[in-house]
Amino acid sequence: MQALYAQLLVGLINGSFYALLSLGLAVIFGMLNIINFAHGALYMMGAFVAYFLLSLGGINYWWALLFAPIIVGIFGMILERTMLQWLAGLDHLYGLLLTFGLALIIQGVFQNYFGSSGLPYSIPDALKGGMNLGFMYLPIYRGWVVVFSLVVCFATWYLIERTRLGAYLRAATENPTLVRAFGINVPRMITLTYGLGVGLAALAGVLSAPINQVRPLMGENVIIVVFAVVVIGGMGSIMGSIITGFALGVIEGLTKYFYPEASNTVVFVLMVLVLLVKPTGLTGRAA
Amino acid sequence: MTVATDDTLPATPRALRDEMIVFVVMAVLLAAVPFTKIYPFFVMQALCFALLACAFNLLIGYGGLLSFGHAMFLGTAGYVSGHALKVWGLPPELGILAGTAAAAGLAVITGLIAIRRQGIYFAMITLALSQLLYFIYLQAPFTHGEDGIQGIPQGYLFGIFNLANPTILYYTVLAGFLFGFLVIFRAINSPFGEVLKAIRENEQRAISLGYKTDQYKLIAYILSGTLAGLAGALKVFVAQNASLTDVEVAMSGLIVLMTLVGGLGTVFGPVFGAFVIVAMQQYLSGLGQWVTVIQGSVFVICVLVFRRGVVGEFAHFFRRSL
Repeated sequence: MQALYAQLLVGLINGSFYALLSLGLAVIFGMLNIINFAHGALYMMGAFVAYFLLSLGGINYWWALLFAPIIVGIFGMILERTMLQWLAGLDHLYGLLLTFGLALIIQGVFQNYFGSSGLPYSIPDALKGGMNLGFMYLPIYRGWVVVFSLVVCFATWYLIERTRLGAYLRAATENPTLVRAFGINVPRMITLTYGLGVGLAALAGVLSAPINQVRPLMGENVIIVVFAVVVIGGMGSIMGSIITGFALGVIEGLTKYFYPEASNTVVFVLMVLVLLVKPTGLTGRAA
Repeated sequence: MTVATDDTLPATPRALRDEMIVFVVMAVLLAAVPFTKIYPFFVMQALCFALLACAFNLLIGYGGLLSFGHAMFLGTAGYVSGHALKVWGLPPELGILAGTAAAAGLAVITGLIAIRRQGIYFAMITLALSQLLYFIYLQAPFTHGEDGIQGIPQGYLFGIFNLANPTILYYTVLAGFLFGFLVIFRAINSPFGEVLKAIRENEQRAISLGYKTDQYKLIAYILSGTLAGLAGALKVFVAQNASLTDVEVAMSGLIVLMTLVGGLGTVFGPVFGAFVIVAMQQYLSGLGQWVTVIQGSVFVICVLVFRRGVVGEFAHFFRRSL
């Protein structure tokens, strides 16, 4: 049973990353109509920024949780201003191709300087060690990742679904021209939205740094799994992205325990099954 | 759903004549390669990728469907052909047939799943399906995992032609390429191709006109996957191995890049793009990971300033259809 709980925890942690990443993808898709293929590369950048802050500036994990998303978010906003905004009005596919190119550039540059091996990032002192819960041993850092991700996910949900800013955002998603007529600066909102989505990816990167090591290609496979998560959950609902992300992480963890050979493929197989039964995705609207 | 060709010219007799002339010139030039000092293996590799890119272009350029998983057909056909030649000891013609048939079967299965969604979702689904296959091939015993199938024998085509001879192999690959190219050329200039273009431009309208658009998309997808498989089967004879790199996402991206550079929705663009990208990889191979950075930059530049691609811009400038 110990092994089962351990895999369940790994699943919850991966689920946290899937949720944070698919949440960002959904928010960006809503505003920009772009599937951000660079999301995995920006997730990796978040981890690297945390690494640089610690090794070069001596800035610890807690500040990295704040600064890495801001730095990567600003980088993302520069990308949006200089490139992505020119794709407005074109077919969605061009956004996918452009961001795929950006992902190749970012990952290539990092690979060139850091190779393919991982750089260590140690767990902050306050979160070292573990707790004995009676039925299992819980490493504190891992518990922290799950709880903190849940908090961030629900904060994002609250921001979009329950605040005035979020109402503008949802309105601009539905009808940007009308929202502009009300005097709201929609292009600036689009830039900030991209920054927010990218920041969430970077945050996931910082959280994963002490668990998965910091590697240039750490986002390469994750992004494809997250695409499958997005196809399964549909991008129409924020809460749908969060729940699907966590659920698929847990299912993946359970597969690792019961049938490890299929743990890499289970999310994709589920995607196929969902497409056969309900092609629009579990919560999605028809595209 | 206008992808690239906002100014597609109708298939007029003049356009068709232009394309036939260019085709004949291309075929003659390619046939003359063994008489020059050009390294035949480079051209053979480029021809395999050119066929692959043309097959991919049939979907995106004429059907408006972006497949981000076309490497799965290349890799599947490669593995099946390689296994048939090496383990079963089949002759080359049956080896090619086996690989192509396997890709066709894969296209039927994945097509039925993928065409259930359009646009951006279609791209994500094909990408996920190819990743699913990647993990299956990584674990399946017959692919030999990370090592791949090595030292695949080339054999005698129809029992007569020794494919170990570079010149004979070259003409075999060229024949395969020209066959695949003509099949695609015929398809896009047929009533079937016209319906595909109608679906690309406005699927709802095509449905309202009574076309079962899902069937057309599925047939285009199967045709594209089968010809991509033919390219993969031919590539086995050139490279003499089948490995995981042919199933990777990076390979699917490379196929997209070739077509984008040449021109989405142009007849000859994918061929041109394949030669450019294969040459680029060959000459820049000493630069290590910078090749990835350069490929990414080409993607970005093409999408931002060069959406018609080289052949597409050329055709647009001269108001010709190429």
